[in-house]
Amino acid sequence: MNKIRVVARIDVKNEFAIKGIHLEGLRKVGNPNEMARNYYNDGIDEIVFMDAVAAYYDRNSLSELIQEACKDVFIPITVGGGIRTIDDIKNALKSGADKVAINTKAVKYPNFIMQSSKIFGSQCIVSSIEAKSIKDGKWEVYTDNGRESTGKDVIEWAKYVEELGAGEIMLTSIDKEGTKKGFDIDLYKSVVQSVSIPVIASGGMGQSADAVELLENADIDAIAIASVLHYKMESIQEIKDTLLQHQIKVRI
Amino acid sequence: MKIAIIDYGIGNVRSILSAFENQGANVFLTSNKDEILKSDGLVLPGVGAFSHGMENLKSYDLVDTIKEYATLDRPFMGICLGMQLLFEESEEFGETKGLGLILGKVVKLPTKDSQNEKLPHVSWNELNGKNVPWVNTILTDIEEGSDMYFVHSFIAQPRDGDNILSTTEYSSHHFCSSVKKDNIYGCQFHPEKSGPTGLKIINNFIRMCQI
Repeated sequence: MNKIRVVARIDVKNEFAIKGIHLEGLRKVGNPNEMARNYYNDGIDEIVFMDAVAAYYDRNSLSELIQEACKDVFIPITVGGGIRTIDDIKNALKSGADKVAINTKAVKYPNFIMQSSKIFGSQCIVSSIEAKSIKDGKWEVYTDNGRESTGKDVIEWAKYVEELGAGEIMLTSIDKEGTKKGFDIDLYKSVVQSVSIPVIASGGMGQSADAVELLENADIDAIAIASVLHYKMESIQEIKDTLLQHQIKVRI
Repeated sequence: MKIAIIDYGIGNVRSILSAFENQGANVFLTSNKDEILKSDGLVLPGVGAFSHGMENLKSYDLVDTIKEYATLDRPFMGICLGMQLLFEESEEFGETKGLGLILGKVVKLPTKDSQNEKLPHVSWNELNGKNVPWVNTILTDIEEGSDMYFVHSFIAQPRDGDNILSTTEYSSHHFCSSVKKDNIYGCQFHPEKSGPTGLKIINNFIRMCQI
């Protein structure tokens, strides 16, 4: 088994890191750069910055934040929210991001995934998928932080983005997001069985035991954590120790 | 002491710049031949497809400059795609010729279908296997088993085993994760993205450039 990547997800609105529930009701939780630095020093494996309102306001504004972050954060950085043109990707990479997470634009124009992965390489194109449960074993793709339904089936969409050239999938459960009640294990199980690219699970972790339960049941490559870190419920070291105690490999 | 990072329109060079700066190097980005040849150390970065990388090196007219640099016996390091480009050829998207500074070729990372292993290999993974001693190389004082950040689907296979500085295991296959031939180095992983251990490797490279 691969080492599981423990990823800090920092949602950003204007200059603040924010956190909501079900991607809504956003509250300020701190300075995104300070948080990224602290998580890096504490041993996080990767950082994801998501502009929480970019798609909504039709903009993309994280360049300065990324430029600042990569001065002292020497691990992979992904940026998402409002990526809608090839120039947006160029700017993000030029600012120091390693990968971009694309959702809304891909749903509207799936070929954007193909086009961008051809230019920049699959390794830098993360397909961000927001999933909402509709009935047993079925999830629908949402965009704009859970605001817009698309009618697309999550499993079919995941297979399609892989075919188009996405190098990873970041899969957020809207139902679980911000609830701290654990991951939607069925969702992740179903998606990882359907694709052969790495999948990052995002949304719902309230304690390291939730991660253990997920990782023992689904072949997930990375877990994205927000609340547990932002509210200092457990340290990165504690989370990694718990995983190691359950024979789940992580970077020490 | 000046270290040049080759700018040929490929990859995230800002992180490499800031990692070198963080370690106190006087580092700059360039596609200028004279500047490259005058530098005390050279870094060839890069992510993405091999053929795209070679095409860009050609369109920036840097292939001969890099080959000339390699004869100067100054420290030279390729990172990720930059390491793969040091080799003779790649099978990615048909056969593409590389710089040919190290004998061997670039092939798809073998995976066992039965285990349904994933590609690309995106993970932190361990450096092992000391075919050659690490002392006085970019891996000086790095502990065996150290975790580095990898993101790739292709690997380099040096023809001469003595060029293999470290190996890394993925899907039960041990591939060459760093390479050394004289003063030419290559890392399949990203030292600039591998936390404090990665920075230590960059620091080792900088120190070589000061000699």
